[in-house]
Amino acid sequence: MKVCLMYRGRDFDPGERLPWNGPDLMQDLQLDRVFGAMAAGDRFLRDVAKSAALSGLNNSLDIILYRQAVLRDCLNNSPLVRRIYKLAADAIETRRKSYWGSDVSTYPPSILSGAVETLQIFLGALTELRTIADEDAGSFASEGFTQFFTRIKREISNDYLGEVQSRLNELKFPEGVLVSARLGRGNKGTNYTVRKPDGEKGWVRRVFGRRPESYTFRIGDRDETAARILSELNCRGINLVANATAQSAEHITSFLASLQNELAFYLGCVNLHGRLTDAGEPVCFPLPAPAGERRLSFEELYDLSLALEMQKPVVPNDVHADGKSLVLITGANKGGKTTFIRSVGLAQVMMQCGMFVPARSFSSGLCAGVFTHFRRKEDVSMESGKLDEELSRMSQIADRLAANSLVLFNEAFAATNQREGSEIAKQIVRALLERRVKVLFVTHLYPFAHEFYGEGMAEVLSLRAERTADGTRTYKLIEEEPLETSYGEDLYTKIFK
Amino acid sequence: MNFESILFETPEDRTGIPSPEMPGFFVDLNLDQIVASVTKGKEEYDLRAFFWSPLRRLGAIEYRQEVMRELERPDTARVIVAFAQQMHNVRRYLARADSLYYPLQKQRWFLDAAEVYCGAVSSLAGELSAADVTSRGLAAFRGYLRDYSNSELFKSLEKETRESKTELADVEYCIRIKGKSVTVRRCESEADLSADVEKTFERFRQGEARDYRARFAEPVEMNEVEAQILELVAQLYPDTFDALRSYCERHKDFPDPTIVAFDREVQFYVAYLDFIRPIRAEGLSFCYPVVSDTSKEISDLEGFDLALANKFLSDSRQVVCNDFHLQGKERILVVSGPNQGGKTTFARQFGQTHYLASLGCPVPGKEAKLFLFDKLFTHFEKEENVEDLRSKLEDDLVRIHDILSEATPRSIIIANEILTSTTLNDAVSLSKNVMGSIDRLDLLCLWVTFVEELASCSDKAVSLVSLVVPEDPTLRTYKIARRPGDGISYAAAIAEKYGLTYGALKERIKP
Repeated sequence: MKVCLMYRGRDFDPGERLPWNGPDLMQDLQLDRVFGAMAAGDRFLRDVAKSAALSGLNNSLDIILYRQAVLRDCLNNSPLVRRIYKLAADAIETRRKSYWGSDVSTYPPSILSGAVETLQIFLGALTELRTIADEDAGSFASEGFTQFFTRIKREISNDYLGEVQSRLNELKFPEGVLVSARLGRGNKGTNYTVRKPDGEKGWVRRVFGRRPESYTFRIGDRDETAARILSELNCRGINLVANATAQSAEHITSFLASLQNELAFYLGCVNLHGRLTDAGEPVCFPLPAPAGERRLSFEELYDLSLALEMQKPVVPNDVHADGKSLVLITGANKGGKTTFIRSVGLAQVMMQCGMFVPARSFSSGLCAGVFTHFRRKEDVSMESGKLDEELSRMSQIADRLAANSLVLFNEAFAATNQREGSEIAKQIVRALLERRVKVLFVTHLYPFAHEFYGEGMAEVLSLRAERTADGTRTYKLIEEEPLETSYGEDLYTKIFK
Repeated sequence: MNFESILFETPEDRTGIPSPEMPGFFVDLNLDQIVASVTKGKEEYDLRAFFWSPLRRLGAIEYRQEVMRELERPDTARVIVAFAQQMHNVRRYLARADSLYYPLQKQRWFLDAAEVYCGAVSSLAGELSAADVTSRGLAAFRGYLRDYSNSELFKSLEKETRESKTELADVEYCIRIKGKSVTVRRCESEADLSADVEKTFERFRQGEARDYRARFAEPVEMNEVEAQILELVAQLYPDTFDALRSYCERHKDFPDPTIVAFDREVQFYVAYLDFIRPIRAEGLSFCYPVVSDTSKEISDLEGFDLALANKFLSDSRQVVCNDFHLQGKERILVVSGPNQGGKTTFARQFGQTHYLASLGCPVPGKEAKLFLFDKLFTHFEKEENVEDLRSKLEDDLVRIHDILSEATPRSIIIANEILTSTTLNDAVSLSKNVMGSIDRLDLLCLWVTFVEELASCSDKAVSLVSLVVPEDPTLRTYKIARRPGDGISYAAAIAEKYGLTYGALKERIKP
């Protein structure tokens, strides 16, 4: 039985391998702040959020819409969702605290009794889940939840709950253990199997007075060796049934763990949503477009990590870049360029994992991977190797690029003079565009930016950080051709006045 | 056709074989390393002595070559390998039946050994009768095996084994342990509780769960409680166990000695082929040599030092292949050239190739014609001992004398840097004397020496030189080529490399 609230037909695995550039994305898009807000102090929620966001870059359009619907249900029924999460989390916690089946404990009798005890607790959780399904399934509209509750009602019937209880009772062996065996190698006993004493047959036998031929021997009262051998024989006997019981407990553990994992993602979203709406920030469910489509349009998109850090609204941007493959961002220093490119990357990541995005409206084509190439902090000791390091990073990215990947460059290849840097950038970007890769490029490399803009290609959009005549920054980006100066002089004047 | 042995066509061929000790030249030629590798993991067959014993008759070599060729065919090899594995188990099981204490346990291991043996014999007989057998050795063995497997003795062993196994497999019993008492009885139709548990929780199953089963030591021996339980089981099933006891009495001599010998001896071929397989996979060739006991026109095309090739397998390096040939009245290969150029390796190649041919084995090379020697002598320089120069020269001469007095025109001598412990003039004149004796004996000889002019001392001698890379004489090619010894070209090449030739030096020194 599966949970299937994250994917149709399969479980979400928070231990899944994250994309190779996960650490870069965390750093460049400042994802930590976002996951922190989702966690609201719960480390488990943070880990799940991270895994879901970073592994979400492979999701299909269908899965994104599927999750959006489940998330809407969660926003509408948050107390119930928290209750289900808690019952799963509590059950998992008791299993975690019980020691049976750990590497130090392979003694079949303790595995058996431990597993039976755990199953007894799981039985309680399953019973409660069944009650919620009976009473509240009607409040949920998404395909994910509807089918989840349908499965619960079908698989966990009252009859079934009764069957589990009687199985657990049998495993306590009120009448002692009866083991069958066959002759193995060298006539030693093998295939030890616990048998269920047959009550009815026993009755028939008593009525007809036929007693089976049987032989009994006793070991000496003080014979410790023999006593140890007998106890080992008992272990061999119940070994298989202990294994079957422990495996059953493990299967239910993984069902409950999946439930906990998947709801953890949605609860994180609910937490973040609450925080943003409380602050009066806009949020919306994005409109994902198929991967091949060059779509990027939004209104009032803001940098979520900056907003969370400042704890106040930040300047949003509107852009209509539909049909564009290259967005060049130039203009004034400290003019909001990095913030802008980060907000686009962040929204793309959030959209692809099925979340809402921090904007009034947002629509974008799916990307086959989001890659960031941001300027790293200057490392004094390695100054000479800076361009080398940048190109090596670019080469690692290039190993993983495919059609419809998105690459966000932030002042890349600036570790050399303008002409060389521009030449490198030109050659790289031209190759990327011809291989159908989407590019957002924040740059001061004027020859590079101007060449692409000057060619008048329909797929190029040039944005410039706005600067009013008196040098003030509005942190707004406007559609303008690249400008040769980045107004560093302004900054210089401001700082050295 | 009578079957004598898969290794020997006639009883005469095995006279003096297996030889009790390793031939003296083994270490010089690194044949000891080869045999150690060939027989590694096959110690139970005690094959080394077969590899220490060269054959003396051309027909005996052909007999083995035929079998070896046949075993190179994957389908034949598979049949023999499967048979060997089963016979190995037969020995293991019988050893257990011997060493264990409780009779009911001994009897069962004996029965299992017989079962594996019957399976081994009948499947080998079946496979061989269906196979296209061409070698005299395997054909004769096939005939023997057909008669044996149709014999009354074998038929009854097979049938009774099967019956006893079936009866024991049907034995099932229930144990109930209550405190200190153990009750044993036959089973009724009680349900399997594990299966019930699995069925109940089936709907939660996803993929494989961990294995929680405890691991128990499984000693071959029984403890006293197990033995007591088994005795009671025997009382529950008296017919089955009575039958087992009398079966063991009747068949106590079951493994046939000829089949046991075949199982051991055929491993000679299997071991050698297993050994050369990875070397072949490196692209090196092996061939079945044409062996003669009259013609001394020998040759080997793209041969190599087998011990070195085997050693290089683990460092993924490849040996260099070399040819040799002698024609007409040529008898002596004189090898000279720079040090570390592969001369000793070449000498070993020459010796190994002849020796392996005398065992009936395929030899390194694409095509080979070799001579069946009566005796093989090697004289390799031992570790230098500076303080003992005089006695070393003396030892050398004594050894050479011994060799020359034992050698016949059908012998092979391989000499490697002998007579070095003296002045050059001495070495030249002593070497020339020895060369004279070798020339008179008309035997085959390979002589590695720094005395280049030695090749011109006999018209039976040809000169071979280890080559260097012309552009960089410090690089060895490990190629040995037939050409006159010419120390001068080597020195000139080194000079050029360092810009010290006449022309180069003149250019560098401006007027």
